[in-house]
Amino acid sequence: MKTNQNKNLNDFNLIKYGYPDDSGHYGIFGGTFVAETLIEPLADLRNMYHGLKKDNDFLKELYAEYKNYVGRPTPLYFAERLTKKINGANIYLKREDLCHTGAHKINNTIGQAILAKKMGKTRIIAETGAGQHGVASATVAARLGMECVVFMGEQDIYRQSQNVYRMKLLGAEVVPVTSGSKTLKDALNEALRDWVTNVDNTFYIIGTVAGPSPYPELVRDFQAIIGREVIEQMQDIDKNVDALVACVGGGSNAIGLFYPFIDSHSKMYGVEAAGNGLETGKHSAPLNKGKVGVLHGNRTYLLEDENGQIIETHSISAGLDYPGVGPEHSLLKDLGRVKYESATDDEALEAFHELSRVEGIIPALETSHAVAYSIKLAKQMKKGENIVINLSGRGDKDLNTVARIEGIEI
Amino acid sequence: MSRISKKFELLKNENKTCLISYVTAGDPSISDSLNIMKTLVNSGTDIIELGVPFSDPMADGPTIQRACERALSQNTSCIDIFELVKNFRKENNQTPVVLMGYLNPIERMGYELFAKLASESGVDAILVVDLPHEEAKDVITIFKKYNLESIFLIAPNTKVKRIKEISKYASGFLYYVSLKGVTGAVTLDVAKTIEQLKSIKESIDLPLAVGFGIKDAETAKILSNAADAIVIGSAIVNIIEKEQDNKSKANDDIMKLMNPIRLKLDEGIVSGDKA
Repeated sequence: MKTNQNKNLNDFNLIKYGYPDDSGHYGIFGGTFVAETLIEPLADLRNMYHGLKKDNDFLKELYAEYKNYVGRPTPLYFAERLTKKINGANIYLKREDLCHTGAHKINNTIGQAILAKKMGKTRIIAETGAGQHGVASATVAARLGMECVVFMGEQDIYRQSQNVYRMKLLGAEVVPVTSGSKTLKDALNEALRDWVTNVDNTFYIIGTVAGPSPYPELVRDFQAIIGREVIEQMQDIDKNVDALVACVGGGSNAIGLFYPFIDSHSKMYGVEAAGNGLETGKHSAPLNKGKVGVLHGNRTYLLEDENGQIIETHSISAGLDYPGVGPEHSLLKDLGRVKYESATDDEALEAFHELSRVEGIIPALETSHAVAYSIKLAKQMKKGENIVINLSGRGDKDLNTVARIEGIEI
Repeated sequence: MSRISKKFELLKNENKTCLISYVTAGDPSISDSLNIMKTLVNSGTDIIELGVPFSDPMADGPTIQRACERALSQNTSCIDIFELVKNFRKENNQTPVVLMGYLNPIERMGYELFAKLASESGVDAILVVDLPHEEAKDVITIFKKYNLESIFLIAPNTKVKRIKEISKYASGFLYYVSLKGVTGAVTLDVAKTIEQLKSIKESIDLPLAVGFGIKDAETAKILSNAADAIVIGSAIVNIIEKEQDNKSKANDDIMKLMNPIRLKLDEGIVSGDKA
């Protein structure tokens, strides 16, 4: 890396498009739609973060953690055999799966945990779907010596039992959520309820780039290290970035890759989970099939019924199984800056196997959606053009799911 | 003068504290809700707060979450709730009805249509839990156009400056959430709450209601020294849940819960001499 790190850190302050605005909105999206009790804590968090964002000591601490604890910078890997096999654009993988704990999630949790500590909080709470964010939260809580409680839908606890055990090993308490659909959205509700009740000593680490302001902004900023590294790494090998691809559930890995490129000419593709197919209604693709609404503190595209009730979503990957999406993605969709595509369960599974066999990298099922779309995209692009895929997580956690689908008992 | 203001004026003249009762509309069914509303009025309720069920009630405790789930299992919609209020109004033109819920079902229907239909059905005010006044300006204007008052929450951690700001946008009354937590939570520090209520009263002109965590007549009575209205919610919903298969017992038990609260609130009242 040749660039001065501190200058680099502040790059996101220079990006011209200027969202969110002062009130935490991304055009019509975002905002602060919470009950009154959370208004003050969110304002405190906003003030604290806006101060620290330009504070060199904070940034130094953050970057030291990125380097020594998370294992950054992560490699940018040229997928040579996959590229050859497809016979189209060059495919590069940004190896977030090599981060500590096996996914990009820790970029955010370490940042928020440092914030929590600066605010004098002693207890961390988090929601989790696939368990990756829960693991990443439990990990940083252990790292900083804080109490950690993770809310997880009962359904997901069953689907991701290994991650539940990981969290417990890390000293966290995992609280099963039995309300509503017993999945990620309900875990988020429960975490918000806990936060309202224990707000004096508790910091809520939201795992995705959604929630009330300032969460979408700070999660984006902590994840933007991904895209900033890609800019440097592609410069180092003197390559253009023609297209960026990332999977989108809530959208934190995607925004982390996209955001530093927002003023560039690179094309961007977010890939939602089409589940059984967009036409079947059994999917998790609010940007493709949703309507604008308000959930979990922000206005964004949502999957809801005709009465505005949030509906149950479906995806093979628990991490994409969420009815909403980060408000900034909703804006980027409406601006036409990012194209939001989708991949079905079957396409994701096929890509999961393909990348495993051809490159020796087992991707998370979430990530497999991005791989699936990239394979299509690479075929349509010219040879010599370059695609960067955010390889957001590794697939170890999904082995049981995949084996079960294929009728194999482990 | 609005139905709510009239109610508060009337109670003030009688030196009475306003008793507000909350139930989730459609729990366990819309037709049951009509009977329950009548029971509430018969047992001394001055204002009815009708919960609009939402799939993701973030600010509510388990009791009201389950009430929402029961109501939604019957597909209770805003239209059903307007119909319910219309039916209630056939016999009752005095008891104000406040709809309390979350923004998304309202946004989905469209603010204009929601306000129009709510107003036509006899609804008096709207309390949107997840809509702070900063995000509410356009919505308040539309509500006002249809003579709907906008109720806002004040929390224990709301600063004085903000309370004054909120009261500029509020109408009808203000609702003090007596504890940091969700509806129906267990602990309520009565002495501290009284202190907070008194300090809030200094910053506002509107009547002040207090709710979240009030379950018995004794607590209600003590709080009535510092508040204009007492809200009972989860305690009623608990009865509805427990006796969902025995409707007449549910009504009896609601009477048994509410009558003593009404009596206690009115205890020692001498006309023209508020304690």
